[in-house]
Amino acid sequence: MILQPEAQSLLVELLWQMADDDFVVALRASEWLGVAPHFEEDVAFSSIAQDEMGHAATYYGLLADLGAGARDSLAHLRPASARRNSVLVERQNGPGSYRELPHFDWAYALGRHYLYDTFESLRLDRAVQSSYAPLAESARSIRREEHYHLLHHEAWLRAFEAGKGTDGDARRRLQHGFERAFADAGDLAYSAPWQSGWRRTGLLPDADSLGQEWLDRVSRRLLALGLDVPGAALFRNGRLGQHTPELDALLADASEVVRMDPGASW
Amino acid sequence: MVKGTQVAKSAPVTEDDVYRVLSLVSDPEMPGVSVVDLGMVDAVSVTPDGIQVTLIPTFVGCPALEIMREDAFRRLVAALSDRATAIRVVFTSRTGWTSDRIRPACHAALRSRGIAPPPPPDALPHCPWCGSSDVVAESLFGPAACRSIYYCRACRNPFEGLKRLS
Repeated sequence: MILQPEAQSLLVELLWQMADDDFVVALRASEWLGVAPHFEEDVAFSSIAQDEMGHAATYYGLLADLGAGARDSLAHLRPASARRNSVLVERQNGPGSYRELPHFDWAYALGRHYLYDTFESLRLDRAVQSSYAPLAESARSIRREEHYHLLHHEAWLRAFEAGKGTDGDARRRLQHGFERAFADAGDLAYSAPWQSGWRRTGLLPDADSLGQEWLDRVSRRLLALGLDVPGAALFRNGRLGQHTPELDALLADASEVVRMDPGASW
Repeated sequence: MVKGTQVAKSAPVTEDDVYRVLSLVSDPEMPGVSVVDLGMVDAVSVTPDGIQVTLIPTFVGCPALEIMREDAFRRLVAALSDRATAIRVVFTSRTGWTSDRIRPACHAALRSRGIAPPPPPDALPHCPWCGSSDVVAESLFGPAACRSIYYCRACRNPFEGLKRLS
């Protein structure tokens, strides 16, 4: 498929965002292995992490096909400043480290993943209509899998709903978790520089309505849960390469072995 | 080596020959259930240029995919390379895999390994051990991307079930 240079740069920008979001959220999800609230949740979050890593590999593969470089290098060897993921997905799961003493915050993880997966499913609803056939084809398969992620988060929210009123602690934790997640979610649907181009080229149809639709959907759900809807803040914009030191640390950890011998064949 | 084929070395390769080899390529975690059973074969093309097999990935992030591709390639080379100039096994994203592609003929093999075939929409699978419908879903996510975990209240056994993907 031959693309005009302008369309190609719009496509590459979109793929960076999709690839980096899934790569980083997969790494954060994987940190719950062994420390999730119960055994089935260990398995579930590992499964979700594996799915997301597979989706990231697909998008990096599309970028490799467009001449961006080798797939593994795109995943592992780009500095934080070159990453286009939302700040929402890069934050630590809580204080401490999974290697030593993880004081992770489950309610935050649930809030983060619910916000992100809802956004991702709305973005995929658009990507399946993309004028770039390889993206549309991949998005169709990926969307089918994401359906299970949302079902899973929804099961947690329903469990919270079922116990509402009996436990003020659960409400306090979930409200706090959502507040922390929303504080980084302002860049999730930020697409001002590209949205008219994405619409015009059909690379991501209806890109303009994505942010509002996401906010409407998650707000309705939070209100139905009896939670307050925090404002989505924008301190740093990951879509413009502005990130936290938490991303540097995460990438250094994840690519430690790759960097020891970048040319090694595995 | 393909059992039961009595073809002269010089006879041209047919699509059936290729399918016979592919029917021996199993999912590493579900021995006896082949890529043909799972509906992963999108196309087989046999031309003077060689053999090309196009596979459909099931779950995008499944680490078994590459193992199956390699296994298919190695078996095709072993069985047919003396009659084909080139052999390629590739994945495509053009055709999306759905659980409806799984052939009912392999349901018994799945059940014998304690894995229920994908359930109908909005339904739970029957227990692969005792056939009861008195089952509960324990976890949407199981030991592999394609499977969930259930519990049978009738025979009191846990079991795995393939996820429905449509």
